[in-house]
Amino acid sequence: MANRAFQQPNMSGPQPLEVANLKVSPRQGEAARWLRRSTGELPDQFFKFLMLACGIGVLGLLVLIFYELLLRSDLSWHAFGLRFFTQSEWDPVNEHFGALPFIYGTIVSSILALIIAVPLSVGVAVFTTEMCPRALRGPLSFFVELLAAIPSVIYGLWAIFVLVPIMSRYIEPFLGKTLGWTGLFEGAPYGIGMLSAGIILAIMIVPIISSITREVMMVVPQHQREAVLALGATRWEMIRIGVLRNARAGMAGGIILGLGRALGETMAVTMVIGNRPEIAKSLFAPGYTMASVLANEFSEATGNVYLSALVEIGLALFLVTIVVNALARLLVWSVTRGLPRSSHA
Amino acid sequence: MPDTRRAQIALEPMSLRRRLTDHVMTGLAVGTVILVLLPLIAIFGYLVYRGIGSINWAFLTQTPKPVGESGGGMANAIVGSCVILGIASIIGVPFGIGAGIYLAEYGRNTFGNVIRFTADVLNGVPSIVIGIVAYAIVVLYQRHFSAFAGGVALAIMMVPTITRTTEEMLLLVPRALREASYGLGVPRWRTTLSITLRTATSGVITGVMLAFARVAGETAPLLFTAFGNQFWNLNTAQPTAALPLQIFTYAISPYDEWHRQAWAGALVLIILIVGAVAAVRIAVRHGTFGAA
Repeated sequence: MANRAFQQPNMSGPQPLEVANLKVSPRQGEAARWLRRSTGELPDQFFKFLMLACGIGVLGLLVLIFYELLLRSDLSWHAFGLRFFTQSEWDPVNEHFGALPFIYGTIVSSILALIIAVPLSVGVAVFTTEMCPRALRGPLSFFVELLAAIPSVIYGLWAIFVLVPIMSRYIEPFLGKTLGWTGLFEGAPYGIGMLSAGIILAIMIVPIISSITREVMMVVPQHQREAVLALGATRWEMIRIGVLRNARAGMAGGIILGLGRALGETMAVTMVIGNRPEIAKSLFAPGYTMASVLANEFSEATGNVYLSALVEIGLALFLVTIVVNALARLLVWSVTRGLPRSSHA
Repeated sequence: MPDTRRAQIALEPMSLRRRLTDHVMTGLAVGTVILVLLPLIAIFGYLVYRGIGSINWAFLTQTPKPVGESGGGMANAIVGSCVILGIASIIGVPFGIGAGIYLAEYGRNTFGNVIRFTADVLNGVPSIVIGIVAYAIVVLYQRHFSAFAGGVALAIMMVPTITRTTEEMLLLVPRALREASYGLGVPRWRTTLSITLRTATSGVITGVMLAFARVAGETAPLLFTAFGNQFWNLNTAQPTAALPLQIFTYAISPYDEWHRQAWAGALVLIILIVGAVAAVRIAVRHGTFGAA
């Protein structure tokens, strides 16, 4: 294989030996120079241009997404302005649209997911990098990453038929009895609702947060750990002082990246959150997220204003995730020094 | 770390409280691992348990039956998914690899960093938003939903992953190899294609497969691009069924028979995807480069 790779270029390369052996008249010399140019610089320029076009294309994709969203949400923006984001009435029949319930649902379900997922992911990262036997390290991270490979719609399927019944039969009645006085856990335990959405989101973002946390923990130099241990620290103290403190910025990046994923997650949430545009204090109550309303109503939206309002929700979602992701990438880059490592999201 | 253990022994005695904290924290870490692996096991267990009984020859060869009739299958959705993924790969793979080559070979500058950053950010754009854009740039012009629109949406999602992994893999190729090629008088473009890219082939394929596995299970961007179809359709300009779409439709339906089929579809889908991921793992292990 390697041999072939090395021989091939010679077949159409400039072949300097033969050129040198030619008896050249001045005109032929001119031709030879032109030949070398044509096999050398011109295709080189063309190739570079082509690759540059692909590179610019990546930039162009982002601009295109932004432009299209801006263009198609124009109607709604002119009709409602900023009130769109502060009003909670969603009435397609009378063409009155306010996105507040969706924004609320998106934020609450994502924060819920973070509250559950962050301790879990950090625990997993700590265990795989600092505690577990070397032989277990590979398989364990493989299994956690396998969670990231499961499609969202399968999470949703599992949540509908397994998680929701468990929630309504055991977990929600228990929470209602013990923590019902807070007002966060009251009402009928249907299983379908904000809490289930948060839990399924948490399961989905654990692999992202834990793999980035693991990555930034591994960047912490070994002698840092040894130094803390030499001062008489226990293993946990070594992890806390020597590793976690040094990995803080990168971990924050990982967490924000997880948040970005949770904000935009569509299918699994749509299948369990209940899809009702209401703002309720109880986490048992059904809600609605920005991504879910797009999934449910976009292909059936009649009327230009309705469609435009939906696109505006998409635009808002896009802008928020752009900001969140940019922030997260900067934090992770500041730790790993921008070294290109495999992308996790 | 045998050294650290010796250090700990040397530092005895230690207060009970600190030692207890250490043990509790270790226990908590083990607990989180179990809590995280539990859903994984539960999901796969259920998939196999519910899915395996429902997969049969009819499921793999027939189209969906109307509500109320039992039997039927998802053959059209499986083929539809393949068509859509094929379109996505044809558009997305060369584009992504090209951008990756640019970043690795010409992009060691500020502009390269801008593109690198853009690719990372693009990776985080919600898939449903990309669906809207594919709707706006394809469906609105074609005037109806189509497999092609679905392919465009998935292609956009594949590009950033492929770009970044291609760059990473090309950078692993030793500089000396490139210089040897230049020394033989081979032009730069030829060196990039026949030496650098060729050496990194296994790694680049890994990236492509990862991107493929990622979009293969995507549902959200297909909802209003490919749209779904109960019948056979191989025309890329018409609405087309896709496996994830079919699973979604069946899962939220009120019919037991459809639930059964949803589980079977999910099992087929996960076998396809996990198969791809496992293939990637094996390729990485046996490949020359890619042990990054």
